[in-house]
Amino acid sequence: MSSHPLRGACAIAGLGVTPQGKVYGSNAVGFGVDAVRLALEDAGLRREDLDGLLVNPGLSWGDMGMGSFQLQQALGLRDLRLTATMNLGGATASAMIAHAAQAIAAGTCTTVACVFSDAPLKPPSPKGGNGGGTGAAYRFGRGLEAAYGFFGVNAMYALVAKRHMHRYGTTQDHLGLVAVAQRLWANRNPAAQLHDKPLTLDDYHRSRWIAEPFHLFDCCLVSNGGLAVIVTSAERARTLRKPPVYVWGMGQGHLGGDPADTLTSGAVLAKQTAFPMARVDVADFDVVELYDCYTFTVLVTLEDYGFCPKGEGGRFVADRLRGPGEGLPVNTGGGQLSSFYMWGMTPVSEAVIQLRGEGGARQVPKHDVALVSGNGGVLSTHSTLVLSRLPS
Amino acid sequence: MSAAAKPVPEVTPELASFFEAASRHQLVVQRCTACGALRFPARAACNHCMSREAEWAPVEGRGTVFSVAVMHQANHPGFEAELPYAVVVVELDCGVRMISNVIGCGARDVTIGMPVSVAWEKRSDEVTLPVWKPRQ
Repeated sequence: MSSHPLRGACAIAGLGVTPQGKVYGSNAVGFGVDAVRLALEDAGLRREDLDGLLVNPGLSWGDMGMGSFQLQQALGLRDLRLTATMNLGGATASAMIAHAAQAIAAGTCTTVACVFSDAPLKPPSPKGGNGGGTGAAYRFGRGLEAAYGFFGVNAMYALVAKRHMHRYGTTQDHLGLVAVAQRLWANRNPAAQLHDKPLTLDDYHRSRWIAEPFHLFDCCLVSNGGLAVIVTSAERARTLRKPPVYVWGMGQGHLGGDPADTLTSGAVLAKQTAFPMARVDVADFDVVELYDCYTFTVLVTLEDYGFCPKGEGGRFVADRLRGPGEGLPVNTGGGQLSSFYMWGMTPVSEAVIQLRGEGGARQVPKHDVALVSGNGGVLSTHSTLVLSRLPS
Repeated sequence: MSAAAKPVPEVTPELASFFEAASRHQLVVQRCTACGALRFPARAACNHCMSREAEWAPVEGRGTVFSVAVMHQANHPGFEAELPYAVVVVELDCGVRMISNVIGCGARDVTIGMPVSVAWEKRSDEVTLPVWKPRQ
């Protein structure tokens, strides 16, 4: 079987993660600068080595427009050969890396920083109060729908999850077990926002409701911070400071239609591109890092990659998501539910850490091949990466 | 002091016909004049045939609850007095789905598959909204 020309052509050579969570004193552009500096340092590269910059602006970038140009100017980058401000929601991170790899393989640039940053959280006010949490940061109304009290993605996803429970018998316990398993991983990740907070299934059931069927711990965190990766050719990556993380496969899938009806993510389509390119099947992944805006998203994405038959996601997570040491290693840093929320960059960063063997107390023993997903909107956009520490 | 008012949706040009009909307690949805497909909310083109031509067509105010989310955060002061409240997707007998509320029963008594019929809630002098009540 002939190899796909993109398979292993490029690698992630640098990873930069700023402090995450309730981190104040900077704005989104500032966090982006910090993340790129850290990623350059990690790779052993200089600013002048970059000739590409892709940016996914978080919500707090607002209407600044041309985010990648804003960040280029802030970083003082000259003579870029590739740039774009991209937004597929939570699918952007893996899509940026794919775009970078395609451009590098095509010879139009050599070394690309892919960046996400956001600063939706405000410092606590002197009068008390939390200065804005999930609801305040991600509030948006939609005209007629807002008139019915239908606000934001919590409500949108809740309607979809409820349909899944109705059609397939998915239970509240199934959702809770995703949260519990990911917290067990976070308890071993000192960088996780909820590192020090144990979570039992009882704790989960007792936590306050947000939008039924979602409890507080079904919903991802909100984080200030920045995260950048540097993509370059496999050849160049091998000369740099850190072990290369090779991009074996990439794909996207954007299904359209009503997610409350399809109950399906674009993973069903993206895997048809990514898995054959990478020459892997669903049984080949040592580490699985899935976009987890909600517990439900993990469950449905596992179904759509084929880890279990459609509709069996609830029973699968009850059986196989057990945290460190047993079952399938999914969201091994705690994910966006328990570690930090940098849109699709959270699963990307954890895959890089695991494949390099830098996972410390949470390191998965066999860590050759990782699956990474991104998901935007309400199962609206999807991107897949297959990454490996092995060149081929 | 009375409870805070719920938000009044803007009568945009694309929804003007919808609100005009609602003021007469007539439920309407968009109908593609090329292929006849019904749709809601208003869209720029038909999902089936991509035609840009559409009209507003009366439909029967009957349906079932397609999905439900019970909201425990108000996000707008107008909903605080009703917490928790249910947001539903109603699937009309004509096949179109719309976001709405169910009145006349508790938020947690709303179930998927529940038969409902339309009712009308006057939100302001200009805006009356379709809501839904359990149907026997």
